[in-house]
Amino acid sequence: MTSAPTRIAEPGAGIGSAGPLRRLGRRMVEGRTVPILTVVAAILAIWYLAAIGMNWQTETDKLVRAGEAYGIVDTIAATWSAERPILPAPHQIVAEIWKSTVLVKPTSPRSLLFHAWVTLSSTLLGFVIGTALGVALAVGILHSRTLDRSLMPWIITSQTIPILAIAPMIIVVLNAVGVQGLLPKAIISTYLSFFPVAVGMVKGLRSPDAMLLDLMHTYSASRPQILAKLRWPASMPFLFTSMKVAVAAALVGAIVGELPTGAVAGLGARLLAGSYYGQTIQIWSALVAAAVMAGILVWLVGLGERISLKRMGERS
Amino acid sequence: MSGARLLGGSGPAATALMAGLAGASALGALALLESGQRGLVLAAVIAVFWLFSWRLTVNLAALEPVGRAGRTVLGILIPLVFGVTLLFLWEFIVRGLAVPSVLLPAPSDIGVRIANSLPILWADFVQTYLKAVVAGYVLGCGSGFLVAVLIDRSPFLKRGLLPIGNLVSALPIVGVAPIMVMWFGFDWPSKAAVVVVMTFFPMLVNTVAGLNAAGAMERDLMRTYGASSSQSLVKLRLPAALPFIFNALKINSTLALIGAIVAEFFGTPIVGMGFRISAEIGRMNTDMVWAEIAVAALAGSLTYGLLSVAERAATFWHPSYRKA
Repeated sequence: MTSAPTRIAEPGAGIGSAGPLRRLGRRMVEGRTVPILTVVAAILAIWYLAAIGMNWQTETDKLVRAGEAYGIVDTIAATWSAERPILPAPHQIVAEIWKSTVLVKPTSPRSLLFHAWVTLSSTLLGFVIGTALGVALAVGILHSRTLDRSLMPWIITSQTIPILAIAPMIIVVLNAVGVQGLLPKAIISTYLSFFPVAVGMVKGLRSPDAMLLDLMHTYSASRPQILAKLRWPASMPFLFTSMKVAVAAALVGAIVGELPTGAVAGLGARLLAGSYYGQTIQIWSALVAAAVMAGILVWLVGLGERISLKRMGERS
Repeated sequence: MSGARLLGGSGPAATALMAGLAGASALGALALLESGQRGLVLAAVIAVFWLFSWRLTVNLAALEPVGRAGRTVLGILIPLVFGVTLLFLWEFIVRGLAVPSVLLPAPSDIGVRIANSLPILWADFVQTYLKAVVAGYVLGCGSGFLVAVLIDRSPFLKRGLLPIGNLVSALPIVGVAPIMVMWFGFDWPSKAAVVVVMTFFPMLVNTVAGLNAAGAMERDLMRTYGASSSQSLVKLRLPAALPFIFNALKINSTLALIGAIVAEFFGTPIVGMGFRISAEIGRMNTDMVWAEIAVAALAGSLTYGLLSVAERAATFWHPSYRKA
């Protein structure tokens, strides 16, 4: 950037005279990068300290039994590399994830990718069905006063019911009728994800103000036309916001749905197997995998949001 | 007024008539089921029942009552009629088609089961709800609130913690259940720990957002009064944050019950709602599972209702309660 004399008159001129590097540094401190990194570093530090504290007893016992002389450094090293720690250190979890994703073939049941894919597929199926159902319900509620006043309270009540409690029953019952595999888990994901979409879309479809609706009336637009040309586009921000909640809920549904099936495949099965055999590192790596997956799914929905809103002409 | 006009009409008289007809056809269908009658007659009576109760719901929804009491009653009555209709349909379909009770028990069977096993249900409720959920809920919401008030002083921490809190709120936190069971044992403290972890972040994120909700004008006013930051916190910003806090309390009331029940799938003493559900489903006692779900639903809805009442009392000034 050359400092042409005309630039002085521009707004903000002179402020950025510290040079691009310093400016970047200030932006990171005043923005969110440095604070987030600080908090993450603090969490990691606390984690390592907690790993020392929680694994101390078992590891010192082991070292005493081994009968060799040991110092405090040896003990700390031992607490961070235990076989079945009470709290594994972060690097152990990373190593386990590396081992079970890169070093194992993705089709083998020992691969974390295999389990993640099983969970992901039922999450996505349930999410798609749930979103479609939520949108359909919202359109119905919008157009029928009766549905609005009779069904809407039940949709809200349905979420005060701890629905995950039904998950085992749905799985076992559907299993008894011969429905197996993807669909039962997807049904639980559907139940969890339809609600935010239905509520958000009712709000979104009602969001156009009276002026715009009046304009549509003066065009003598029919109700389907108003829906397609005004209400639907206006509800897009609401749809994407509720889809972010829905996709995270769908993942929870899929994971819990895998618990009662006898721990065959999926991240939930991995959690259950880990808790049966005391494989803490396996539990934690499944948890991290689930967390990463949730992050990616929410990010993808957010990406879709930005792209479609930009194409619809929204300016930020 | 002739009968035909009454049937198609929508006044109070027609509504009462619909209610009577729906009730009569429901009784008729029940009588047919009792006498072992199946087939077209039963299907016709059930269809008539559905038609009448749907008309009843439509009529009720079209009423425009005067006064607040009338609106409140109607607001409860319409969903109630709808729900009872669905219950009856469930009963008719299950018994009419002779669906095996392992797959889907009739509501009447579930009712009988609830009445017969009240002591067990109560013991489970005490173990899961009164111990694990309440303890975890209070600890989780309380600590989330306290941390939010503490980090409110530091914009740096707020910028760092908020995105992480938002991210964590979207994570499948129920997954920590096996770890907590390993750490805190099989009894209720491990379930309470899961509930604490699940409820902490929604409370944190919502309270931080709520503390920023007070407008710049009001804050300036507090400054002109020379209010200290703790005074402005107590008198302005906490009240302004209450809608957000209640929102988190409501979200958390459902999350807490889910967390406690799912945590019991990973190991528990032989009492508790989650234990009962997974044990009875293994023995194919579906009606007992439904009984537990009914208890859970009742507990969840009552908690939600209580929170709504408390919210109404605490945030009476909020614009959303203003009369239209």
